[in-house]
Amino acid sequence: MSDSVANQAPPALAKPELMSWDSRTRRVVTIYLPLAIFVFILLFPFYWMSLTALKPNAELLDYKTHNPFWISSPTLDHIKHLLFNTAYPRWLWTTMLVAVTSTFLSLAASTLAAYAIERLRFKGSSYVGLGIYLAYLVPQSILFIPLATVVVQFGLFDSPLALILVFPTFLVPFCTWLLIGYFKSIPYELEECALVDGATRLQILRKITLPLAVPGLISAGIFSFTLSWNEFIYSLAFIQSSSNKTVPVAILTELVSGDVYQWGALMAGSLLGSLPVALFYSLFVDYYVSSLTGAVKE
Amino acid sequence: MALTTAIDLAAERRARPNPLARLFDNKMFLIVVCLIPAVGLLTVFLSYPLGLGIWLAFTDATIGRRGVFIGLENFQYLLTDPLWRNAVFYSVLYTGVATVGKFALGFWLALLLNKHLPFKSIIRAIVLLPWIVPTVLSAIAFWWIYDPQFSIISYLLVEVLGVRETNIDFLGNPWGARFSLIAANIWRGIPFVAISLLAGLQTISPSLYEAAMLDGATPWQRFRYITLPMMMPILAIVMTFSIIFTFSDFQLVYAITRGGPVNSTHLLATLAFQRGIASGELAEGAAIAVSMIPFLVFATLFSYFGLGRRKWQQGSDNE
Repeated sequence: MSDSVANQAPPALAKPELMSWDSRTRRVVTIYLPLAIFVFILLFPFYWMSLTALKPNAELLDYKTHNPFWISSPTLDHIKHLLFNTAYPRWLWTTMLVAVTSTFLSLAASTLAAYAIERLRFKGSSYVGLGIYLAYLVPQSILFIPLATVVVQFGLFDSPLALILVFPTFLVPFCTWLLIGYFKSIPYELEECALVDGATRLQILRKITLPLAVPGLISAGIFSFTLSWNEFIYSLAFIQSSSNKTVPVAILTELVSGDVYQWGALMAGSLLGSLPVALFYSLFVDYYVSSLTGAVKE
Repeated sequence: MALTTAIDLAAERRARPNPLARLFDNKMFLIVVCLIPAVGLLTVFLSYPLGLGIWLAFTDATIGRRGVFIGLENFQYLLTDPLWRNAVFYSVLYTGVATVGKFALGFWLALLLNKHLPFKSIIRAIVLLPWIVPTVLSAIAFWWIYDPQFSIISYLLVEVLGVRETNIDFLGNPWGARFSLIAANIWRGIPFVAISLLAGLQTISPSLYEAAMLDGATPWQRFRYITLPMMMPILAIVMTFSIIFTFSDFQLVYAITRGGPVNSTHLLATLAFQRGIASGELAEGAAIAVSMIPFLVFATLFSYFGLGRRKWQQGSDNE
């Protein structure tokens, strides 16, 4: 059932190469070779990051005697240093807390808003939808200075709560539009049936619309989680004390000290900070693709 | 399934008629309740700060002082400020070059991925990775790749290939730093463009290509007269997003150069941060941020209407 609802799934292109002129070598040169270069370049920084994170310092700074593209004696020292000598676990925890709560907050708010806009059609509902869409186009770098004063006014400066409340400003518009698209694909007749049978609106939302929109909710949820995890400028501007920082900010401001960069620790921190989203991503690849393309198509 | 659910619902409702439930059946009330969380959050943390930011730009507020209205003074000062002009120059250059690079390479990658390939879904998953990983963290990796002494690119060119005599000074001089950042931005932007455009490519009916091939169209003609026009609506939207988020980029520059060397790589966003938050000149920072708005509006209108208008001519059904 959910398959018929997920209209984002691209139609399978059952188009074999019709012309026989493209010989095998030609195909290799025009398709596989460029593709291999693309994949190599897109992945190389991650390979390099992982390699550096596991290299002992001696190898790290000596390309003459060690082949830089490989590790002769891998070490977990950098990761150990990170986990036991810095507040890294604490930063991870804060980031996780902020990402998860702001995601749930945004999901709740946007589900209701999307339902109201798409299903409870009212005068001006399209304007509310447009307004929410426009909110998505306001970049964070325009907002962070006045938002900092707002956050201070509310007494939330240096508190993760500020981030939890502020992140929905870029999550809600996105989720709302994604969910409007999903609600559209659910036949209205189902709701009418329930309405005729005397179900209340809330029952309809809870028992009919939401279960059918689960793929959309998952898409919106993982997408929001990723966006919150990656957020930088607000976390940089609103959080001051070391213990409340999120991973991206903390690595840049706490681990970079002085003129001698500890590349091993920096890379280990980046690697560990990327792992949760990468893991999440590997579990839900299709949802990511559908939410990315769905949001663009709407 | 729907029918039985509905019957269950009806039975349940007859069992306990709830005054609160009746209230929620009032459509007007329900609409208001549903919209309050989203609209409330956006009003308090988006619309209000946006207005406040514009107000701040016309005052002389600093951190800890409310400031009074001083008219256009901040903007007059910015116009004479070489750092601001430099930031505008680099923001435009950064956005222009990075957008062209991202779309050229991203479109190419999308076309490649649209072919019949083994392991297509795995390749697609890998391709999206740079976009998933936090920008700052991949930026730090780039910082390390651009290291003056231990850059792996320099090593490759000097030691392995022997093309150069000396290491490349990626971030030490203004132009090197500018283009190094643009390259990192393109790297990060390709996946988003490629995957979005791939979705667009998959909606083009294969019969169009078959018809064109029967008419003897060359691959280039097929691209130029079928693929490109059919892709215009989605290109317009993806490009609008891309331009907005590239122009207002902050993370990459802040992570790799922090605006240096000698302030040559400041984007408007990083300059606004430096003035507004780091030095505490709230009003000036706000004015710099507000000065982004005209550029953004112009870029949006340009990319949206410049490219988007064609969808009328093509009669595309893409809403």
